[in-house]
Amino acid sequence: MKEKTTILEALIFASEIPLTPDRAAEIMPDTEKREIVTLLGELVRQYEVRGGGICLAEVAGGYQFRTRQDLAPWIRKLKAARPAMLSPAALETLAVIAYRQPLVKSEIDRIRGVDASGALKGLLEKKLVRIVGRKDVPGKPIIYGTTKKFLEVFNLKDLSELPTLRELKDLQNDGGEQQE
Amino acid sequence: MNYEIKLDIFEGPLDLLLYLIRKNEIDIYNIPIALITEQYLEYLDIMRSLNLDLAGEYLVLAATLIHIKSRLLLPPVEGEEEGEEGEDPRTELVRQLLEYQTFKEAALSLEGRPLLDRDVFTRGAPAEEPAAEEQEEDAMIEVGVFELVQAFREIVSRLDHSEDMAIDTEKMSLTDRINEIMERLTEAKELSFSDLLGERTDRKRIIYTFLAILELMKLRVVRAYQLGPFGVIRLFLAVEG
Repeated sequence: MKEKTTILEALIFASEIPLTPDRAAEIMPDTEKREIVTLLGELVRQYEVRGGGICLAEVAGGYQFRTRQDLAPWIRKLKAARPAMLSPAALETLAVIAYRQPLVKSEIDRIRGVDASGALKGLLEKKLVRIVGRKDVPGKPIIYGTTKKFLEVFNLKDLSELPTLRELKDLQNDGGEQQE
Repeated sequence: MNYEIKLDIFEGPLDLLLYLIRKNEIDIYNIPIALITEQYLEYLDIMRSLNLDLAGEYLVLAATLIHIKSRLLLPPVEGEEEGEEGEDPRTELVRQLLEYQTFKEAALSLEGRPLLDRDVFTRGAPAEEPAAEEQEEDAMIEVGVFELVQAFREIVSRLDHSEDMAIDTEKMSLTDRINEIMERLTEAKELSFSDLLGERTDRKRIIYTFLAILELMKLRVVRAYQLGPFGVIRLFLAVEG
């Protein structure tokens, strides 16, 4: 393993949050960001090839070690805590926000056909959604958007990693099962 | 967390309607309104008989369905044409249903992702159990708007009355204040009203801070507690217990 790759590996290991290439470049001033991104990609592949219990995941614009998905039952036993799950209402609301952001609450209500206040409150508390600003119309309604934590929790590199609404529509038309 | 009782699995009137369409294996672009309306109303009756608090939205959609049904029964008005040979009264509803269905699908696809702390885990993060804090909170009284207004008055009354009446060009936005307060609270965990005001206590800043706190309390993102009657009001992030 090259020296720089080992440094990056250690940085990711020690970091509490996903390590961004920008942050890594700050710490390693002699290395260009471009090179860091390449090295990080290499590191991801190394972990893939190794096929161990840990993956190097690209989430929320950074890199973080995460356990392999199929090992979840073991880790859950270790943690002995039930994972906090989102209700269907919260998930629907979150989906609307993720795809339509930035948007106001009335828009969420309109799409779902029900009042989203409760679900919205839960999402704000869980920090999956945040207040982005206020719309410049009478009443100055609050505009909502998703957070970085949303990307972390849902294992997303960035928002563009979400399947497009068109892809989801096609999925429905095939009458197929939802993909993983 | 949620106090509302839901009939079975329905997330709302659109969800119920989609369920009926699927159950009857109906083409969504050609909904037999009479049949669907009948079944929809039957479900509402069931919900009512179970003494469930029927959300107003369910009734709105019932009214919409009946309205569409009546419009379909009417012969097309000759002469005064609306659009090209009159739009199908079902179009808007179908569009809404399809949109909702897409987002339902989006929600499923989100749920199917490898979720943090359910399917994938990061390196041993400390368990989030602030047990010690809870005892402390017992001694505190949760305050309402009136106590806050009182605190607001006190701070304003302490203002230097010789405040200049100059119009300043510095624009302060409520959103900025809200975000600033959230940031500071995330860092400090708890802050008093005067902590939030900081050094610069001009009237405008006080008002904006006050409004921001009210807004955050309304959204239940922030909680205000008082250390006994007339004590200092402290603000906390409202974290799920």
